[in-house]
Amino acid sequence: MAEKFLSGDEAFAEGIRLACPDVISAYPITPQTIVVEKLSEMVEDGSLDAEFIHVESEHSALSCAMGASAAGVRAFTATSSQGLLYMAECLYYASGGRFPIVMMNANRSTALPWNIYGDQRDSLSQLDSGWIQAYAENAQESLDLALMSYYIAEHKSVSTPFMVNLDGFILTHTYEQVDVPAPEQAKKFLPPYETENKLDLDNPKNMAFSAGPDTNYIFKYKEHAAMLRAIPVIEEAEQKFAEIFGRKYTGLLDQYKTEDADYILITLGSIAGLCREIADSLRQNGIRVGVVRIRYMRPFPTEALAEAVQNAKALAVLEKDISFGNEGTVFTNICSALQGKNITAPVYDFIGGLGGRNISHQDIIAIFEKIQSGTANRVNFIGIEEGENT
Amino acid sequence: MSVSAKTLDQNEYFYGHKACAGCGGSLAVRNALKVLGKNAVAVLPAGCMSAVGFNFPQLCFANNAIISTFAGTASMLTGIEAGFRRRGIKDFTAVGFAGDGGTADIGIQALSGAIDRNDNIIYICYDNEAYMNTGIQKSGLTPFGAKTTTTPAGQNIHGNIRPKKNMFEIVAAHDIPYAATATVGYINDFLNKIEKASKIQGTKYIHVIAPCPTGWGIPVSDTIDAAREIVDCGLWYLAEYENHEFKISRDPKNFTSVEEYLRKQARFKHLTDEDIKIITESRDKKWEFIRSHWN
Amino acid sequence: MIRPTVREKKTFGFADVPEDTSYEAGYLVTVNSGWRSIRPVVNTETCIGCMQCYLYCPDGVISIQDGKAVIDYDFCKGCGICSKLCKPHAIQMESER
Repeated sequence: MAEKFLSGDEAFAEGIRLACPDVISAYPITPQTIVVEKLSEMVEDGSLDAEFIHVESEHSALSCAMGASAAGVRAFTATSSQGLLYMAECLYYASGGRFPIVMMNANRSTALPWNIYGDQRDSLSQLDSGWIQAYAENAQESLDLALMSYYIAEHKSVSTPFMVNLDGFILTHTYEQVDVPAPEQAKKFLPPYETENKLDLDNPKNMAFSAGPDTNYIFKYKEHAAMLRAIPVIEEAEQKFAEIFGRKYTGLLDQYKTEDADYILITLGSIAGLCREIADSLRQNGIRVGVVRIRYMRPFPTEALAEAVQNAKALAVLEKDISFGNEGTVFTNICSALQGKNITAPVYDFIGGLGGRNISHQDIIAIFEKIQSGTANRVNFIGIEEGENT
Repeated sequence: MSVSAKTLDQNEYFYGHKACAGCGGSLAVRNALKVLGKNAVAVLPAGCMSAVGFNFPQLCFANNAIISTFAGTASMLTGIEAGFRRRGIKDFTAVGFAGDGGTADIGIQALSGAIDRNDNIIYICYDNEAYMNTGIQKSGLTPFGAKTTTTPAGQNIHGNIRPKKNMFEIVAAHDIPYAATATVGYINDFLNKIEKASKIQGTKYIHVIAPCPTGWGIPVSDTIDAAREIVDCGLWYLAEYENHEFKISRDPKNFTSVEEYLRKQARFKHLTDEDIKIITESRDKKWEFIRSHWN
Repeated sequence: MIRPTVREKKTFGFADVPEDTSYEAGYLVTVNSGWRSIRPVVNTETCIGCMQCYLYCPDGVISIQDGKAVIDYDFCKGCGICSKLCKPHAIQMESER
């Protein structure tokens, strides 16, 4: 175990070194690039024994990782934004093929207009691609998720690819003190990858085939069921992780002072820290507020969320995302999860941070004020004034 | 040692598939696998051969085989080759079978990347000169003048207005360890090129003409005839690229008639004498170049 | 001989469908004999076992047994390539019915 001063990208690369993937195929894109740079340095200096493959596109990055996974070995790739969208076809392919690849995605805005800064529209647009989706809050959690993601993805009952999302720049490029576990500890945590879902000379397979209407639906149902089976496996992974490394995680979502909260803000990613600070300051003024940070968008924390917010008077969703012509995707998912759960508190959507625009201290205070006073709209755009938004 | 019918692996690795009767592509896949044997690990992108060979639970490959994304034949081969190596497996051949569209259009980027990395794979392009699986649309390897469903032959435009992309030389321009052209019509030449490729380290590319009776508009029994005539009349050539040099495998002293070759096929039925003259002239020009520059 | 073969189990219900898209290689459930309108018939008197039909069959349904061409009619589609290539004209295409 060693304390290091690392950015989110660097911490993630450290986690991947500990996970010992056999094949790494990645294509550079800002703000993910540091991860692949670090990994190639680790391969060069011999501290990571992996095949580092310089692919010609993100589509090839994931296609190559799928080939490696189909050959029965552990594979890693990383991307961001346009790159994630460029490989979108392969996302569905990897999940349908049940290849437990781990991919880091640096959350970044999507063109047009071009923009390299952080929002979460890239990964949230791929919620239906069949990947487990986790959102890290800080560099430590990034490193820890790099390790835990393989445990969960490769678990026999899950066998589903895993996307770990880090907010572009805010997390990928920000330095923090990070505890880097020792390789022996990591080995104790993560078993070697073993699977029957592989090409095998002694027991030849035909893979990634077509399936007609009679069986296709069954394959898809099983894919869904496996993703749901990840929920107890996430718990199992976190328990084992805590035993070995001493750090505790809280499953699909993270709660902060929600037990007695009248007003709860639900968000994901690195903004949660600021939200908690504000919750504390508002509590000093006697307003009982809490924060829920969604850690996993897939599988979605339907049950845990309803339980966390059941006593609240009003709920706000803060997200760096929009589904044009509708509302924020996180909001849609939350509203759907709360249906039929006997929750009468109104839910308001606050969209902000698109293209990396800052969400300020004051913006978050204003969210709490609006939901407390009942003056919020169903969907609100932070920083766009009333009258402008027509 | 050269491969022949007698020395060829008697096993059938591609069997029971639903390709059209007389399919040239399936002949190429079948025979290539017979050369490479049971340890061939085949990657097939979306296209005829994957569509006809992998409909669960009708799975027509006796060896390990997997469908890749349309654009991802070469990149998936790369991953498989690396993965097998990581497992410590040595005695295997990663081989891809992609059609003309899968190779020269949507898959060219990944193919170029694999050659650039010199991944130890064999990439076979079975060229039936159009997107046959979707119903005969023009690809980058559709020849000049061919009628397809997206290059209709009318009064104004006589089918495809562009010549075939030169994949063999595009691949060779990467300075690939081995590239070759072939036809299912001269199967021994094809078999021996596969055999040769299997012994070479690095990326190997074999481009095999594989007539599609449906798309070319010929009787199903005439696949082999057409696959021979295209070489005999000089519109296709059998060659190799090795040790940085081009080498012609067969240099016909006299060409058979281009017109005769074209007129037998419904896709060229509309061509005027002038069109045929253009095609013949371009053949002559190509051969002039080949004979003066290649060994 | 290694070759995909027709298996007993032909229908796949919920429990039979695998978790992943990975299954035993060479698993067949249907034959192709219904595709034919004409069938190749080998004259064993004139067949010289030259193997050309075997080499050029797109479906791989011809094998040479005891020096003569033998056709697997379960998978022959009746394309007629074998008949066309047969130098001694030992394969004739005959109407299925």
